[in-house]
Amino acid sequence: MVKNKWRMLAAALLWSFCSGPLSAENLYEAKSLYRNILVYENQGIRCMKFGVHDNGRQSCIDMAEPDRLVLEYTKLVLGALYLNPHPQSALVIGLGGGSLPTVLQNLYPGIQLDCVELDPAVTQVAKQFFGFVPAAETHLYDEDGRVFVKRALRRKKEYDLIILDAFDHLYVPEHLMTKEFFEEMKSLLTPQGVLVANTFPSKKLYPLESATYAHVFGAFFQVQQRNRIILAGKNGLPDARTLAENAELVQDKLRRYGVEKDWLLPLIVQKRDWPPESRMLTDQYSPANLLINQ
Amino acid sequence: MNLTTVLIYLLTGWSGYYVMSMELLGGRVLSPYFGSGIYVWGAIITLFMLSLSIGYLAGGQFSTRQPTLRKLSMLLALAALASSPCTYMSVEILDWVFDRVSDPRYGALLASLLLYFVPITISGAISPYAIRLLVDQPGRSGSVAGKVFFVSTFGSTVGTLLTSFYLVLLFELDELFSGMMAISLLVATICFFVKEERDGQE
Repeated sequence: MVKNKWRMLAAALLWSFCSGPLSAENLYEAKSLYRNILVYENQGIRCMKFGVHDNGRQSCIDMAEPDRLVLEYTKLVLGALYLNPHPQSALVIGLGGGSLPTVLQNLYPGIQLDCVELDPAVTQVAKQFFGFVPAAETHLYDEDGRVFVKRALRRKKEYDLIILDAFDHLYVPEHLMTKEFFEEMKSLLTPQGVLVANTFPSKKLYPLESATYAHVFGAFFQVQQRNRIILAGKNGLPDARTLAENAELVQDKLRRYGVEKDWLLPLIVQKRDWPPESRMLTDQYSPANLLINQ
Repeated sequence: MNLTTVLIYLLTGWSGYYVMSMELLGGRVLSPYFGSGIYVWGAIITLFMLSLSIGYLAGGQFSTRQPTLRKLSMLLALAALASSPCTYMSVEILDWVFDRVSDPRYGALLASLLLYFVPITISGAISPYAIRLLVDQPGRSGSVAGKVFFVSTFGSTVGTLLTSFYLVLLFELDELFSGMMAISLLVATICFFVKEERDGQE
């Protein structure tokens, strides 16, 4: 009897090992110009990550249920629709597996969507492994986000929604996290336009990043889970009532993606939780990569 | 080792620091306009290598005509002054290039050319010129050249490390540029006014 117990325990341990990371199957590995890209699948969830030592997953998809947003931050980003429920145009900086562009295409057929991705290998992976199919009104650009934004300004482009979701193996690239870049993005927004940025809270960088957003956009909303999502408007923020009304408007559309307003709305808060004298990040001063590790 | 010799090595080492620090910060200067892709570093490194190679050639030639520490000091000061557009006009220059060149690779290359070609070429002239000043007997030329390469490259090492690990955490780009320009002018002034001593020459 006792022996049997041990045997069962051993079997259970073995099973848990095998069904753990060991059973993840690598589908694709590439050294692109900028990074190592790894696509792997584990228990029906397919993910992309950069670099062998990178613990963060850049993008994931549930193969059986492709509509389900596996990474929670993508749901939080959709909170931007509570600020502007009817975007007719959007710019996505950082494509990843293309989850967010796919959602936007489905939610708003005919939306003018520009997706900028520096690394053509990532775009390729999004199409090949994550089922990303650009719609007719979607344009993909293999370009640096900053360069694209500067050019778009010269062409007098405007967007109702900008999603900043660009990462290298470490964090948001430094030149995409400065006062000047935020000002450029703000100029690209329509009067009712919204910027939503995917960031991570880090001890040293947090105050600088926050101070920079606050300087350019004034008050902003944030959603802090594992990621920290920043929501900012071209012309300030809507009041609580408008926010709730907008959430109601898009509630039915978003249900399919597992985004319920009763869950998301209370998470969207406005708070100044950084020292007022925090230094700003600018094109002149942007040691973000050094601060992120401290 | 007399004072003149020490100053020549100091000037050469500082010039090495200055070149690599400028190169490293060049990535920061260009990234708002051309991104931080591999081609931006490609453009900067290309330009620095090109400028240095021309500078070595020019400096060697220049050293054949009555070389003096005063002239060497002038080279250092000129290199510093020639880098002033980097500090005071970079936005105008970068905007100008950005509006004319749509491919960020060539944009980055042209911008590097406009910002760095003159100061880095002049900086390149410093090492061969210093070697000429320091060589007193033909038999020692190899050993002197070795020392000059050492000092200059070691200066570059310090410039790279200090700038990328620490200085960017403390200062803005323009502060770094102005600070380096001030140090260059200070070193040049000291070397210019010091009374030149030569050991056992002519």
